[in-house]
Amino acid sequence: MITAHHLKKVYQTGEIRQEVIKDLSLEINEGEFISLVGPSGSGKSTVLNMLGCLDTPTKGEITINGSPITGMSRTKMANFRGENIGFIFQSFNLIPVLSVYENIEYPLIMIQNLPEEERKSRVLTLLEEVGMLEHKDKTPDKISGGQMQRVAIARALVTNPKIVFADEPTANLDTKTAHMIIELMKKIQREHQTTFVFATHDEKIVSNVDRLITLVDGEIVADQRMNK
Amino acid sequence: MNNILKISYRNLKRNYRRTLLTASLITIGVIFVLIYTAMSGSFKSYTVGQITDSLMGHIQIHKKGYVASVDNLPLDKNLNAKMVEFIESKLESNPFIESYSYRIKFGAMFSNFTSTTNIRLNAIDPEDEFPTLPLLESRISDMNGTFKPGEIIVPELLIKGMDVKIGDTIVLVANNKNGSVNGINLKVAGIVGQVMGPGGRDGYIHIEDAKKALRMNNELEVSEIVIRLKNVEKLKEAEKSLQPILEKLNKEGKPALEIHTWQQLSPFYNIIKMIDVMNISIQIILISIVLISILNVMIMSVFERVREIGTIAAMGTPPLTIVKLFLCEGLMLGVFGAVVGSILSLGIVYLLNIVKITYSIGQQSGLILTPSLGLSEILSVSIIVIFISLVASISPAIKASRLDPVEALRTY
Repeated sequence: MITAHHLKKVYQTGEIRQEVIKDLSLEINEGEFISLVGPSGSGKSTVLNMLGCLDTPTKGEITINGSPITGMSRTKMANFRGENIGFIFQSFNLIPVLSVYENIEYPLIMIQNLPEEERKSRVLTLLEEVGMLEHKDKTPDKISGGQMQRVAIARALVTNPKIVFADEPTANLDTKTAHMIIELMKKIQREHQTTFVFATHDEKIVSNVDRLITLVDGEIVADQRMNK
Repeated sequence: MNNILKISYRNLKRNYRRTLLTASLITIGVIFVLIYTAMSGSFKSYTVGQITDSLMGHIQIHKKGYVASVDNLPLDKNLNAKMVEFIESKLESNPFIESYSYRIKFGAMFSNFTSTTNIRLNAIDPEDEFPTLPLLESRISDMNGTFKPGEIIVPELLIKGMDVKIGDTIVLVANNKNGSVNGINLKVAGIVGQVMGPGGRDGYIHIEDAKKALRMNNELEVSEIVIRLKNVEKLKEAEKSLQPILEKLNKEGKPALEIHTWQQLSPFYNIIKMIDVMNISIQIILISIVLISILNVMIMSVFERVREIGTIAAMGTPPLTIVKLFLCEGLMLGVFGAVVGSILSLGIVYLLNIVKITYSIGQQSGLILTPSLGLSEILSVSIIVIFISLVASISPAIKASRLDPVEALRTY
């Protein structure tokens, strides 16, 4: 599903050259529930951004579902993300001027341009799935952090993406809510066969994944299949 | 597009005080420009109307060299009968012309039998002059019936200075072009109010009386031919259509005649051009207000929403859609300012017409401003404001669309 070959990412600030990712190769299969772990500065978020078509590698190639994504224009990259990838962020990043319903509907209007009936059906199904149907008309400032992350998950899934990338999705949540969110994502992964890739420090996520990839100083030092 | 508009509208509402302040600034700018345009337009049209409809007509034809020495009122530069006949043949077939009138202009001594002064006179045929200068009659007061031979319409200031009344008999003494002096008795039949512009203090007599006073012996000689056009907007075309008149040559083989528009004859035309320049200056100020206000708001808006822009970009919103979102915000501010500003301006113009603001020009006082706003003025100002709003939003919108999603998502 995702193949990354010999990825390298270098940041150049003035005369300072920082090699964040060093010759990283990786394969991710459909329906996997994977976590990238490692200390701060190990390159987790950078790998996530490159695999999620938000950032481009300095060297190396990435292929998603057979499509090479390196060298794509900004617009093509945006369209590719809109069609194939969902994102869940640490700070939820909901659009404050839109209601819960409209936040989830946003990618279907602005990116996929689907007809209203289909939009409605998809949004209501997901709202029910994440348990936010009764809050659908509220704006993000009227709901809790856990509820915001549920909305963010629904928004990430509404376009039926093949892959969802989540950068520290539970970092801003209390333990109980974090558990609920992990369970929700796990349930969705099982039911929809969606691939989830996390970058996290959270032990609760780590203990629930199928595969754990450990990064240190921009290199994979361990790639473990977890037995449940 | 509806959804882009909806989101843009909500984004504007998010910081409603700032939005209201900016929209108010644009609204005030629009009101300022439209009210200024309406008032200056009223002043302009009144004055142009007075000049063309009660003094000069739209176009005048003279013998070559007359206008250069018009202050002397030279009788030796009058158009002779042959010239008049030639000009008349050209005027009759011209589709731009509504009417025309002959005038003999000359200076004379005006005596009330106890004192004497000088007077500038326009000798006219009222049947031609009044249709050609439709506002002239409104300047004449205290006149009973039509203007006939044997009568004189005296300028207001002379009436006061010479202490003459309607019905009094006066004597006019004039030199003809050969230097021969002649006098005629005339009855004061009316008082003509003065207006700003050349000939604004002239008296009027019947053209038949002028012929007698100047001993023209029934041969028609006129100082000028005054032309009224069907549509003054077509002044240039009409002037062009009269060019064949200039083909008439004198003995030296040079054009014997000259044609002037009121714009060339009246110094007031320069004031009108200045008013137009001021109009443009005011519009430039408006453009600056709109440009700076919207640019400021949109730049602030982009800076405040970097993370949000990063989020929608990460989700897959194409750069062009992000551009549209920000352009719509600027557009809405411009449309709001233009619409509300135009409506309020119409209201203010309506009130100004009720209040009736008066003004004075020289010795003319109590003139009432009647401002009005045409659809073309409202549309042109609105289009400028909306266009500039869009232009001002382009740079921030492009900046937003070019934000790197990774960098933007890191922003707090």
